Amino acid sequence: MSDGKDRSPSPADVCIVGAGPAGAIMAYSLARRGHDVVVLDAGERYTQQDHHRRMEMWLRPDFEREAFWVDEARDRYSSTGDIFARLNKVRVKAVGGTSLHWDGNTPRLHEKDFEMESRYGLATDWPISYADLSPYYDLAEREMGVSGIDDNPHGPPRDSPYPLEGFAPSYSDELFREACDELGISMATQPKAINSEAYDGRSGCIGYGVCNACPSGAKYSAEVHARKAEAEGARIVDQVQVLAIEHDDDGDSVESVVYVTPEGTEYRQEADHFVVAAGGIETPRLLLLSDSDQYPNGLANSSGAVGRYLMDHPSVETRAVLDDPTWQNNIGWVSSRSDEFYDHEDPVPGSFHLTFGNNAASNSGGAQTRDPAMSQLLGAVGSVEDMAGLATDPFSQTQLGEDLELPTTDGPPYPVSIRGAGEMLPRAENRVTLDRSTTDTYDRPVPSIELSDSDHERETMAYCLEVQADIMDALGAEITGTLTLEDREMSSHHMGTTRMGTDPQESVVDEYCRTHDLGNLWIASSSVFPTGGANNPTLTIAALALRTADVIDEELR
Amino acid sequence: MTDSKSTLTDTRDDLPSLSRRQLLAALGGAAVAAGGYGYGVGGGAGLTPGGGGDASDAPASDAHIETLTALAEAIYPPSMPVDESWIENRVFGRVEPQEGHFDQLVAAVEAVDEHARARFGGPVTALSPGHRRGVLHSMGATEVHPTADGTTAERVRFYLLGDLLYVMLTAPESSDLTGIANPPGYPGGTDVYKRGPGGDGQ
Repeated sequence: MSDGKDRSPSPADVCIVGAGPAGAIMAYSLARRGHDVVVLDAGERYTQQDHHRRMEMWLRPDFEREAFWVDEARDRYSSTGDIFARLNKVRVKAVGGTSLHWDGNTPRLHEKDFEMESRYGLATDWPISYADLSPYYDLAEREMGVSGIDDNPHGPPRDSPYPLEGFAPSYSDELFREACDELGISMATQPKAINSEAYDGRSGCIGYGVCNACPSGAKYSAEVHARKAEAEGARIVDQVQVLAIEHDDDGDSVESVVYVTPEGTEYRQEADHFVVAAGGIETPRLLLLSDSDQYPNGLANSSGAVGRYLMDHPSVETRAVLDDPTWQNNIGWVSSRSDEFYDHEDPVPGSFHLTFGNNAASNSGGAQTRDPAMSQLLGAVGSVEDMAGLATDPFSQTQLGEDLELPTTDGPPYPVSIRGAGEMLPRAENRVTLDRSTTDTYDRPVPSIELSDSDHERETMAYCLEVQADIMDALGAEITGTLTLEDREMSSHHMGTTRMGTDPQESVVDEYCRTHDLGNLWIASSSVFPTGGANNPTLTIAALALRTADVIDEELR
Repeated sequence: MTDSKSTLTDTRDDLPSLSRRQLLAALGGAAVAAGGYGYGVGGGAGLTPGGGGDASDAPASDAHIETLTALAEAIYPPSMPVDESWIENRVFGRVEPQEGHFDQLVAAVEAVDEHARARFGGPVTALSPGHRRGVLHSMGATEVHPTADGTTAERVRFYLLGDLLYVMLTAPESSDLTGIANPPGYPGGTDVYKRGPGGDGQ
């Protein structure tokens, strides 16, 4: 099928693989400084109307939510570890990448996340500090349009105010605040890349409440920087699959990337610099697929670390009911968090943050609430009746009219929930490899994901559940179920698989995210995180991309 | 590798399974037989699909809207306010979720009406709400899994029941039924979530 677009190569200073937040922000940062940039993305480009369609798909359980972007043959993978990878539920291959259905939460990592070995004797330190990244956090917040209130007593230090006024706590947050005050637990508002007012040519949030498929454009997606990069002269080429990265005879630098168009035509895009920005799974996969006589274990993989040290963010949740109204499901996003337990003294339990639910009840078939693993959900409740209460699906009712059973937040009892996400330590055996027994559309081995928890994650999240129970107790709520780590699935945050470090024997990229092995090959992704902290990674991904763009810009001058 | 560990129970009935082309042809034939649908602005009853010379891009005729509204009155709880204008705006005024969706919905409306005429003695609009529900039950549409390219009953479930329930649950008119003042899918602003029960407008 041909759409008439010219997808042939063009002269470029920089070629970027992947148009998610890292790739699109970097493209804009370089293009606005006059560099010729070409971005190659495997997925399609969507319109505003498409996002309205996506919203309906998100809310209706009778639609396949991922139908917009998942290509079953292209996106095959294997999951071999204890933790099911569910890749195609959480990643997006499209212009905009996974930011097309992220929640928009933009907390920063904490200072301790950069110093895990120095502080606790755990894992490794980053080769850079929080202070090194702080100015880029400020810049990333301005680029993405972060709304926030500087009210977090346990948050990392800030050098400048949030660019947009923050969203106030919800009604149920204020109920939780009384309970947390009683326990001496601080709460704070959640910073978000969702416009609280018009910003950067996009409207303020108008409350569709379907953030994962925001149709209004108030929530940031990397489509914003794809557009801005193009306005600065960059070229975004969609629906092209990069097959391999090719290096020169000496193996010191990359010469081209090989890609294929929807019509099956193969091209080579040359450039002075190359950036792989394809997320925590496809980035190591592409390097492993780009093996050569000189790099038999994969490109940029002299260390053997490519694909290793995979991390996500394990999460647990406590659900409960109150006799009084809790006013759930009136907004899509989380409005309050707690970092009280983030900066711990002892190595274990490790960091976690809490968020307080604004969508504790199912509605529209449960599509709006999170989609925990079915096995995890079943383990959380005591009976089939409880299960039915959690997931009333009006689209599957057999009775109509006055007998039609609708999901309701009316009570009593009224639902509440607290979620906690924690840190996972990097371990070499958690990794992405190539499954040579299964191939994708292009006859390439698919990624195989192996992930399991260690005692650190189990002890940390067990403590998190204790804290959640204490808060529910102080609130006077009756706990109805918990989601534990047992049978959990992998979260949407894929980190660590091309780790940053100063030692080329132990890491893949240096402190500026340049690969140790090839001087003009860079990586922009959460895959460079040496440790993952307990906070959402996207703002850190953007900050690192902006920092790397500055270095590439200097090299091009 | 798929992304789901669970499997759905297939509850489809014994209706014959037709291909998409066969079903469209069958539904089109039923519509012609029913003979009650006109297309285009002001087309009114009496025109058959494509035969009036007054066709426009409007996905549904006045008669389709009228029938769909009558079905909504039977499907929704009695306290849910609904009229033809609301149905036209909410159902056909939204962005079409997939190409051809509205055509399939119209075909499903026609299939239900044909079943009503054949088994209940008259068009949907002439039946009581209870009998309209009876038509849907009789077709098997309340017992099957919604399937976009499935049997007639499965398509009625997917397009007709699914659409009517979707537009209801994403409209503030359903707030009294669900307890959600600003339902997901409706752009109700960013004040409601803060104010709590008993606030303005509640």
